[in-house]
Amino acid sequence: MSDAPHGTPRNDEFPNSLPRPEGELEALERAWEMPKGIRILTEINNNFVGPLYIAAAFLFFVLAGILALLMRTQLAFGDNDFIGQDLYNQLFTVHGTTMMFLFAVPVVEALGVMMLPQIMASRDLPYPRLSAFAIWAYIVGGLVFFSTIFYDLAPKGDWFMYPPLTLTEYSPGDNADFWLLGIGFIEISAIAGAIEIIVGVLRTRPPGMTLARMPIFAWGMLIFASMIVFAFPAVILATMLLEIERAFGWPFFTAELGGDALLWQHLFWFFGHPEVYIIFLPAAGLVSMMVPTMAQTPLVGYRLIVVALIATGFFSFGLWVHHMFTTGIPALSLAFFSAASMAVAIPSGIQVFSWIATIAAGRERLRMSVPSHFILGFLFIFTLGGLTGVMVAVVPFDFQAHDSYFVVAHFHYVLVGGMVFPLFATFYYWAPVISSRMLSERLGKWAFWLMFIGFNVTFFPMHITGLAGMPRRVWTYPGNMGWDLLNTISTIGAFTFATGVLVFIVDVALNFRFGLQGPRNPWNAGTLEFMPNGNYSMRSIPRVTSRDPVWDNPSLPEEIEQGRHYLPGTVTGGRETLVTSPIEAEPQYIMQMPQPSWTHVSAAVFTAGFFLLLTIKQVELSLTCGVIAVISFIAWGWQLDKPDKGMVDIGGGIRVPTYASGPQSHSWWAMVVLMLVAAALYASYFFSYLYLWTVSPEVWPPGGSPEPPPLLYPLGSAVLMVGGGIAIRWAGRRLPAEGARSFAAPAVLALAALLLAGALALEIYGHLGTGLSPTASSYGALVYMNAFLVAETVAATVVLCLFAAARQIRGHVDAVRRANFDNAALLYYYTSAQALFGLVLIHGFPRLIG
Amino acid sequence: MMRRLILLLLILPALGGCAGSQSAFMPRGAEAERIDTLFWVMTIGGGIIFVGVIAITAVAMLGGARVRRALSSEPFINGAGIAFPSVVLTVLLVYGLLILGAGARTPPAGDGLRIAVSGELWWWRVTYTDAEGNTFDTANELHLPVGEPVAVELTSADVIHSFWAPNLAGKLDMIPGRTNTLTLTATQPGVTRGQCAEYCGGAHAFMSFHVVAQPREEFDAWMRQEAGPAVPPASEAAERGAALFLSAGCGACHAVRGTEATGTIGPDLTHIGARRSIGAGMLPNDAAAMRQWIVDNQHIKPENKMPAYEIFTEAELDDLSAYLEGLK
Repeated sequence: MSDAPHGTPRNDEFPNSLPRPEGELEALERAWEMPKGIRILTEINNNFVGPLYIAAAFLFFVLAGILALLMRTQLAFGDNDFIGQDLYNQLFTVHGTTMMFLFAVPVVEALGVMMLPQIMASRDLPYPRLSAFAIWAYIVGGLVFFSTIFYDLAPKGDWFMYPPLTLTEYSPGDNADFWLLGIGFIEISAIAGAIEIIVGVLRTRPPGMTLARMPIFAWGMLIFASMIVFAFPAVILATMLLEIERAFGWPFFTAELGGDALLWQHLFWFFGHPEVYIIFLPAAGLVSMMVPTMAQTPLVGYRLIVVALIATGFFSFGLWVHHMFTTGIPALSLAFFSAASMAVAIPSGIQVFSWIATIAAGRERLRMSVPSHFILGFLFIFTLGGLTGVMVAVVPFDFQAHDSYFVVAHFHYVLVGGMVFPLFATFYYWAPVISSRMLSERLGKWAFWLMFIGFNVTFFPMHITGLAGMPRRVWTYPGNMGWDLLNTISTIGAFTFATGVLVFIVDVALNFRFGLQGPRNPWNAGTLEFMPNGNYSMRSIPRVTSRDPVWDNPSLPEEIEQGRHYLPGTVTGGRETLVTSPIEAEPQYIMQMPQPSWTHVSAAVFTAGFFLLLTIKQVELSLTCGVIAVISFIAWGWQLDKPDKGMVDIGGGIRVPTYASGPQSHSWWAMVVLMLVAAALYASYFFSYLYLWTVSPEVWPPGGSPEPPPLLYPLGSAVLMVGGGIAIRWAGRRLPAEGARSFAAPAVLALAALLLAGALALEIYGHLGTGLSPTASSYGALVYMNAFLVAETVAATVVLCLFAAARQIRGHVDAVRRANFDNAALLYYYTSAQALFGLVLIHGFPRLIG
Repeated sequence: MMRRLILLLLILPALGGCAGSQSAFMPRGAEAERIDTLFWVMTIGGGIIFVGVIAITAVAMLGGARVRRALSSEPFINGAGIAFPSVVLTVLLVYGLLILGAGARTPPAGDGLRIAVSGELWWWRVTYTDAEGNTFDTANELHLPVGEPVAVELTSADVIHSFWAPNLAGKLDMIPGRTNTLTLTATQPGVTRGQCAEYCGGAHAFMSFHVVAQPREEFDAWMRQEAGPAVPPASEAAERGAALFLSAGCGACHAVRGTEATGTIGPDLTHIGARRSIGAGMLPNDAAAMRQWIVDNQHIKPENKMPAYEIFTEAELDDLSAYLEGLK
C-alpha cells in the first residue's frame, strides 16, 4: 500500500541540496513573522487565527454548557421554580443555537484552519484574510448574540425557530431578530470558512499527495465544507424569508395568505439534517487520524472509509423529512425518508468497524493514552446513539419518541458522543503541535472518566424519561408524574460531566504553553502534522509518496527542517505557498499571499455592526457600519492580486510561475465555489416557489393575483443582461498587453453594470405596474423575493465590475494579470444566468398553469 | 416475562406516581400497544448489537493474535459494517412500515361521531359533532368510547402544537392551515394524561389535557350531558356568582350555553364543573382551585391569555367559584 522506503539517499537525491544559502531561513522567518503588540490582531496566519478560533469556539461550548447546567438545576425535581418560564425558554433556545452554530461548526472549521496547513505541509490556506475575517466576524457576532441572554433580549423560539411562533404576531420584540440576523450572519462566516477549506484541500497539498493518499481528516474537511456550501444556503434563505415576513409582512409562512408554516421546516431541515453530519464527518476524520497512530498501524479500510464519508454526505441531503414525521405528511414520503434514514446508518457502521479492525491490526495492543480513552468513549456513546437513531428512523416509534426526552437523549448521544469526545481526544492528541508542553495524562484521564460517566448518567435516563411521557422544552413538570428521580439523576450526571470539562480546563491552564517548538512527533504519527514547524509551517515541503510518509521515512523531520525538500525559503520575498493540481497534486504555481492587515478586521467588525444594529432597528448607524465595511472590503481587495514575478525554482528542477489566471488560479476556484453557494441559495428559493404553489395554487394568477406584466418586460430585461454579457466577453478578449493601460475595458464593465441594474429595475417596474403587492399573498411575496435575490447578486456584481474597472484604470489589470477582470466577468455571467432563469420562472410559470 | 422484568427495572423510577398516567410504557390504546411491542423488539435487538460491538472492540484490544488478525481485515468490515446492517435494517424497515400501515388502515367508527381538537395558546378546544350534526365545545378533556377507533381532527388556531396522548398513540402536529387526522382506539377504560409536544412558546409546559376512555353507555351519557345547556345555579351563592359572571364581562371570552355568555376566545365553560382540571391540566377542579385560578392565574400559568382578576372581593370569589363548580 505504500511505496518503498527511501533508504538513505545521497545529498543530490533531494530536491534541494545542503548547505542551504545563507539568509534563506531568515528571509522565510521575516516574511512570516507575527506582528508585535496590538498589531498581533492583524495577523492572518493559521498559527495565530487557528488557536484563536478554537479558543473562541471552546468559550462558547463552556458558556452554552453553563446554560445547560442552569436548565438541569431547574429540572432536578418537579414543580421547581428556580428559573422562571420566560428565562428558561430563552435558555434552551440559546443553548441549542450556541452549541450548533457557535460551537460545533466553528470548532470543526477552526481545527481545519489550524491543522490543514500542518497536515498538508502548506505555508497557509489559500485565503488567510478570508478566514481571519470569518473568525473576527464570528467572535464579535457570537459574543453579542450570546450576551442577549443577560438582558432579556435572547430569542425564545427554540434553536429551530418554527414559524408561526416566531412571526411578529406571536414573538414581538427584537428577540427573534437577534437569532435571524445574528445567526444568518454567522452562517455567512461559516461559508467563508468552507470556501477556504475546499480550495485549501484541493489546491495546497504537498506534491505527490494525490486524493488517494490524502489523510482522512482532509477528506472529512473537504466533504464537511462541500456540505456547508449546499446546506447552509437553505437556512440562509429561510432566515431571509422569515425576517422579511417579520419586518415587512410578506406572507411566506402565513396560511391565510397562501403561505405555509411547513415551508420553514423543509428549508430548515434541508440544512439541519446535513448539519448533524457536517458536525460528525470531520470528527470521524479525526478518529481515523488518531486510531492508526494509537495502534501504530495504517488505517484498515481507507478506501471504504472515504466512500463511507462521501456516501454519508450524499445521503444526508435526503433525510431531512425524518424531522417532520409527525407533521402529517403522506405515508409514501414517510416510507421513503424512513428507508433513507436507515440507509445512512451503514456508512457509520463501515467506519466503526474499520476503526475496530485498525485497533485489531496493531502489532502492539492499542496504546491507552488519553486520546485512546476518548476514542473508546466515543465508540461506546456513538454506537448507542446510532442504534437509537435507527429506532427513531422507524416511523411509528418516532411518533412516540419525537419531541420527547428520548430524542434529547438520542441526539446528545450522537452529537456529544460523535463530536465532543473525538474533539477532546484531538485536543490531547494535537496539543503538542501548538504547545511546547503536552497536556497531562493523569488529568486527562480524570477528565475523561468524569465526562464519560457524567455523560451517560445525564443522558441515558432521558431515553426512559421521554417514553415515560416527558416532552422536550418544558421548563417544569408536575411532581407526581414519576419523572422526578430520572431527572434528578440526569442533573447529577450533568454536573459530573461539567466537572470533567473543568478538569480539562485546569489541565490546559497548567500545561498548555503556546509555542511551535513542542515535543517532536510525540505519538509517532505517520502523517505530517507533527513535523518541526515555524509560523511558516514547515521549512520545506516534501514529496509525499504514501499515506503515512513519516513511517516510511523516519528521517523526514530532519530533512524538512534542513530545507532539503521543495520551497525551502521564500522565492517571491513575501508570504507565499505552493499550489498543486487538485487530483494528482503536481506543483502548478507559487501563490503570493496577503500580509497581515487591519482591513479584514475592520470589515468583520463593521459587518457585524451592520447586522446587529439592524436587529435593534438603528438603521442609520447600521448603514454607516455597512458603508465602512464595504470600504474595508475594497481596501482589502485592492491589496490582493500581486503582479507576476516570473518563473521561480522550488527545487528538484521544478520551475513554476508566480501568477495564474483562469481555471488554474485559486481566485477562479473561490469564485466558482461562491457561485455554487449562490446557486444553492437560489435553488432553495426555486423549491419554495414551487412548494408554496402546490400548497396554495389558489393565490396564483389568473384567479388569485394579477397576471404577470406583458412579455415585453422580461424580454427587455433579458436583452439588457445578454447585451452586457456580450460586451464583457468582447472586452475580455481585448485586455491591454502586460503593463499597458486601456480605458475600453473599464468603460465596458461600467456599462455592463449599468445594463444589469437596468434589467433589475425593469423587472420590478413591470410587476409594480400590474398592481401586485408583496403583502397580499404568498405569490406576490415570492415574485418580489425573486427580484430581491436578483438585486443582491446584482449589487455584488456591480461592486465587483466597478472595482475591476477602477483597478484597470490604475493599471493593475492587463492581459496577463487578469484575475480581477475574470472574477467580475464570471460573477456577471452567473448573475445574468440566475436572473434569466428567474425571468422564465416568474413570467413563464403563471402562464403555463394559467 | 423477561420483557416485563426489564420493563420493571428500567421504569421503576417512573412508576412512582401513576395518577393520570402519561407514559408510552403503559399503553391503553391500539397504536400505543403496537409501538410498545416495536419498542421492545428494537430495544432488545439493539441491546444485543450494542453488547456485540463492545465485545468485538474488547477482543480487538485484548484478544489473541489470531483472532485479532481475523478482525483486522476488510472482509470483516464488509460483513459487520455492510452486510449485517443491510439485512437487519431491511427487516426493521418492513416491520416498521407494516405497523405504520396497520395504523393507517384502521377505519373510524361508523356512527358519525366526529371529534375535532384545536390547539390554542395554551389550551385545547375540543369540539364534538354527533351523527345528527349537533355540535358542542368543551376544553382540555377528550372523552372516547372504549374499543372503537375514533378519528380526531387536529387543527391549530395560532402556532404549531402537537397532540400527544402517549398511552393511546404517538403524537401528531397541529399546523395552521392544515387538518391532520389521528385515529385513536382506546383499549381499556380509564383516565390518562396528554400534553402538547411541539414547543409553542410561553406556557408550552402547561398545555396538557386528560383523555377519558369510557364504556359506550357511559360515553353516550356523557355526550348527552355535555350537549345540553348549562344547569341553572342551584344555590343563592351560585345565583350571585352567575350574575357576577355576566356583569364582570367573563362572557366576552367564555361561553356558558343557555346564558348570555357566548364568548369564544377562551374555553367553553358550560360544563366546567364536570371536568377534571382547570387551566389545561394546571389545577385539580374544585372550588378552592377555581378561586385561586381567577385571582392568580398569571402566577400559576405565566403568560396565559386570561388576565388575573384581582378586582373581586373574597365573597365574590366564593360566589363565582360556587357558580362555576356547579356547572356540571
